[in-house]
Amino acid sequence: MSDNVLSNPPILVADQVTRRFGGLVAVNKVDFTIPERSIVSLIGPNGAGKTTFFNVLLGVIDPTDGSVEFMDRRMIARPERLAVESLLWVLPALLTGLLAFALAEAGILSGRLLAVVGFLVLLLLIGMLLLAIIRPVWYQTRLARVGIFRSARPNDMVEAGVGRTFQNIRLFKNMTAVENVLAGMHSKLHGNLVSAMFNSRGMRVEEAAAERRADELLTLVGLRGKGNEAARNLPYGDQRRLEIARALASDPKLLLLDEPAAGMNPKETQDLVALISRLRNDLGLTILLIEHDMKLVMGISDRITVLDHGEKIAEGTPEEVRKDPRVIEAYLGAPAA
Amino acid sequence: MSVVTDLSPKAAGGGRMTGLRLTASRHRSWSIVLGIAVVGAILPVLAYLPPFSLAQPANAWIDGYTNAGVFVLLALGLNLVVGVAGLLDLGYAAFFAIGAYTYAYVASPFGNSVLGINLVESLGTEVGGLVFWPMLLVGALVAATFGILLGAPTLRLRGDYLAIVTLGFGEIVPIVFLNSDQLTNGTNGIGGLLRPSLPIIGSFSAINPWPYYITMLVLVSFVMIMCYRLVESRLGRAWEAIREDELAAAANGINTVTVKLLAFALGASTAGIAGVFNASKLVTVSPDQFTFIVSFTVLSMVVLGGMGNFWGVAVGAFVIYTINNVLLKTLNQFFDQTGFPILKDIDFIQLQFLLYGLALVAMMLLRPEGLFPNSRRKRELHTAITADEQDSLTTAEGTTEEGQR
Repeated sequence: MSDNVLSNPPILVADQVTRRFGGLVAVNKVDFTIPERSIVSLIGPNGAGKTTFFNVLLGVIDPTDGSVEFMDRRMIARPERLAVESLLWVLPALLTGLLAFALAEAGILSGRLLAVVGFLVLLLLIGMLLLAIIRPVWYQTRLARVGIFRSARPNDMVEAGVGRTFQNIRLFKNMTAVENVLAGMHSKLHGNLVSAMFNSRGMRVEEAAAERRADELLTLVGLRGKGNEAARNLPYGDQRRLEIARALASDPKLLLLDEPAAGMNPKETQDLVALISRLRNDLGLTILLIEHDMKLVMGISDRITVLDHGEKIAEGTPEEVRKDPRVIEAYLGAPAA
Repeated sequence: MSVVTDLSPKAAGGGRMTGLRLTASRHRSWSIVLGIAVVGAILPVLAYLPPFSLAQPANAWIDGYTNAGVFVLLALGLNLVVGVAGLLDLGYAAFFAIGAYTYAYVASPFGNSVLGINLVESLGTEVGGLVFWPMLLVGALVAATFGILLGAPTLRLRGDYLAIVTLGFGEIVPIVFLNSDQLTNGTNGIGGLLRPSLPIIGSFSAINPWPYYITMLVLVSFVMIMCYRLVESRLGRAWEAIREDELAAAANGINTVTVKLLAFALGASTAGIAGVFNASKLVTVSPDQFTFIVSFTVLSMVVLGGMGNFWGVAVGAFVIYTINNVLLKTLNQFFDQTGFPILKDIDFIQLQFLLYGLALVAMMLLRPEGLFPNSRRKRELHTAITADEQDSLTTAEGTTEEGQR
């Protein structure tokens, strides 16, 4: 089973990812691929750079070097031709402004018309700047076509199909469980300012469907009937599960779980293992796991990658990694000479 | 009143809602219209009844209600920014000013001469007053544009830093209006604005407060309905999410940039509407109407009323305005007339800010969530301790388990 999953085409490819913090190299030239529909794990002692690597994959922090491709699209790398982009913000307004100025000098434009044109130029400038700040997906792809590139932000990664959970639970604590899941569904819904203001029929239909879907997701992770409970009032294990439901709400292809079993008791961990297997087998998700619980990791992973001091020191099936002397050394220290 | 104030979204969770509240949440817009119509009908009646009618004539009361309505609008708008999206804005009066000046440029002889049009002269007061209605929308749009312009550079800022920048913006705007003499007539401001008019009623007048009062009721209902619709939509959830945890919101596909800009824009547009209305009522705009005190007053209305709950905020604004502008004056009169020993020598209006400050301190200590809190906010402030305990427990658990391995 595991061999055949690992030969699937990769869904995510990280190439020579490096991240420095001042003099400290947190992640050093890590190559990493995740085959489709696989469960791969990233382990390593504390401070090995797992979470930093994870954050780079998700666009939370920029890499110092290297790139990440997701579903054959380059998502994260060092920025390219940013100067050209900043020209793009001002150039249209500048050109039209100059044109208007020339026309005014020639006596074609004058008085109120000139004022109106000036106003339009100002609006154009503001509009372009806003576009550059908001960076909708179509704008990014358009720019990528002419070779202007900037790393995707976390919300772009979600839109592309990557969901995540956090090492220390970061739910929207004062919102109910259902509202948390609905917030996670944000990128899949289309309601906008106008449809909300007019309470349009389309939006109401969409909202009703979204609430049904949220209930389904809650049932899937085992939180059926707890939808109206405030997230902060849920027991710890349930909060972990709710976070997974929230991440699933954006219909991800790849789910990144950052220490999902931290602080769980053995029973809860067992349930989690069952849930993760179901996500892969029933929903066809690909899963990347960062975990300290070795029993969980060894039992569930198709492949394990070990990081230490920011470098990849081993990679392979659970059995291979278990026997690897460098891994044993990293965890237990070098044998006395 | 208690029925009306508890309309916050999904307050008690589907199952536990009683009949009346369930109906209210299903037909939200109608219940808002009904609620405001009832309140709007009771208030004038009160003005004619003894304790109130002794203080000042009924028309003065109704005029006062209308002015309070301006602050209700402001508080509703600021609640969207501060209460819902969690972006602390200390310069909110700037948008109020921008709305007011927008109207002044279109509806005054001076403003028209600056713009190079002559709308006021060519149309006259009666027909020209009709321009008020589209100007409500224009004022909102202009203010929203400035809201976005303010929002864009502050996107990376949070909490205190954001507050300082907005405070700066709130100072800049009135000062610009004060100092660009040729464009804004400086300290004197722009006077002679057109009063609104309607086909049958004709021009509104200073003597008859009713047309303004009813217009204000309509505006408040409209803004309130819009606020509720927005907060219960996808956008509202995104605002709540970024208020709770911005990083988690971004990691769940929410474009925090767009969402924050929209919060600023919508909050500002409400202030723009209030500004247009206020300008048309005072018939003059000048920079000293938009000082920091206005921003601060509106913010304390939001906090005292109950951040995040639109009805609570509206009531808070109304109560504070009435206390500030009617009650203190009445207390002075009352103690003067009765000749009460020490109290008759106290000028309560001078003590306004002392009382204000005391009220704020007492409120923050005794009931930090405000008079009519939003269910979520109440949860946040009253379960804070247990949640912290829970956090420390879980971290302790985590460490011991890791230690065992």
